[in-house]
Amino acid sequence: MPELNTSSLPDLIFSVLFFFMMVTTMREVTLLVRIDRPTGTQLEKLARKSCTSFIYIGRPATDQLRSKWGNQTRIQINDDFATDATQVYDFVMSDRNKLAEIDKPFYTVSVKADHETPMGYITDVKQQLRKGYALKMVYSANKPTNK
Amino acid sequence: MGKKRKMPGLNTSSTADISFMLLIFFLVTTSMDTDQGLARTLPKPPEDEDAKNELKVKERNILNIRINKDNYLMIGDDYVGLDEVKPRAKEFIANPENRANLPELKPKKCGILGTRMVTLNHVISVQTDRGTSYGVYFQVQDQLVAAYNELRDELGKQEFGYKYEFLSKEQKEAIRDVYPQKISEAEPKQYGKNM
Repeated sequence: MPELNTSSLPDLIFSVLFFFMMVTTMREVTLLVRIDRPTGTQLEKLARKSCTSFIYIGRPATDQLRSKWGNQTRIQINDDFATDATQVYDFVMSDRNKLAEIDKPFYTVSVKADHETPMGYITDVKQQLRKGYALKMVYSANKPTNK
Repeated sequence: MGKKRKMPGLNTSSTADISFMLLIFFLVTTSMDTDQGLARTLPKPPEDEDAKNELKVKERNILNIRINKDNYLMIGDDYVGLDEVKPRAKEFIANPENRANLPELKPKKCGILGTRMVTLNHVISVQTDRGTSYGVYFQVQDQLVAAYNELRDELGKQEFGYKYEFLSKEQKEAIRDVYPQKISEAEPKQYGKNM
């Protein structure tokens, strides 16, 4: 019985590897705020993750951050805290410009906020989104866990 | 010496193992989870101060839901609990008995369902205080979407025998025409005071 020729096995694995390398998004931000998202029953899936920007709202997550920033609710944009809500406008403008022209109508902003956040912060962010004509938004939430 | 020796082939039997390791690394780090949430479309920013007065809706066509800073809920003039939001919203959206204090029914062409009487101009407005907690606001929004979804499911079953999500594209469109989702995301404003 001749041995099975495995010389093409590396090529095969490599092609699977390249597939995963391409679909992986490495641009995950580290969360600086603690977010316990609200739970909803009527959720939809986000259609295009590549056309979505994320805004995180919550209290600073670690003691180290709290000693520097206090325990107030903060808005996190990319890898930093926003000093005030107007930075949301700049963020939306620059992030949308990175997209290809055909993707721009699908630009969505996903707001990931802690469920204890006062609505004032959310309203401020929404006003900034309106100002920047980023009119599609998503209130990010968790699915209810099955009992 | 001087005699050329044949070079042995490089042993590549471990390449597969190496690429397997890389593959497994990427498999583990890939986040395939999709974000979920309630999608909303915000209204355009007001062009100028005068444009603010354009959005006037008749009193009967608005369902005002207010949440104060202590997270108490009000629909119209009544204090209510969270579980009352959905039935009240359903009654408001459909207005099956054509009551005078609920939105007016107007004829509208609804695709393959033909012309129907629908509450064309109804608006649900959720107003909050700056101190209202986001969790409560979200729950109310979720209940409102649930109200729309239940009405659509009911109509789908009644007309086509299936729930909304199992219908064809045209059927879905027709049902969406009957029950269009109109949840106002606008800033709290005084609506229809002078009507």
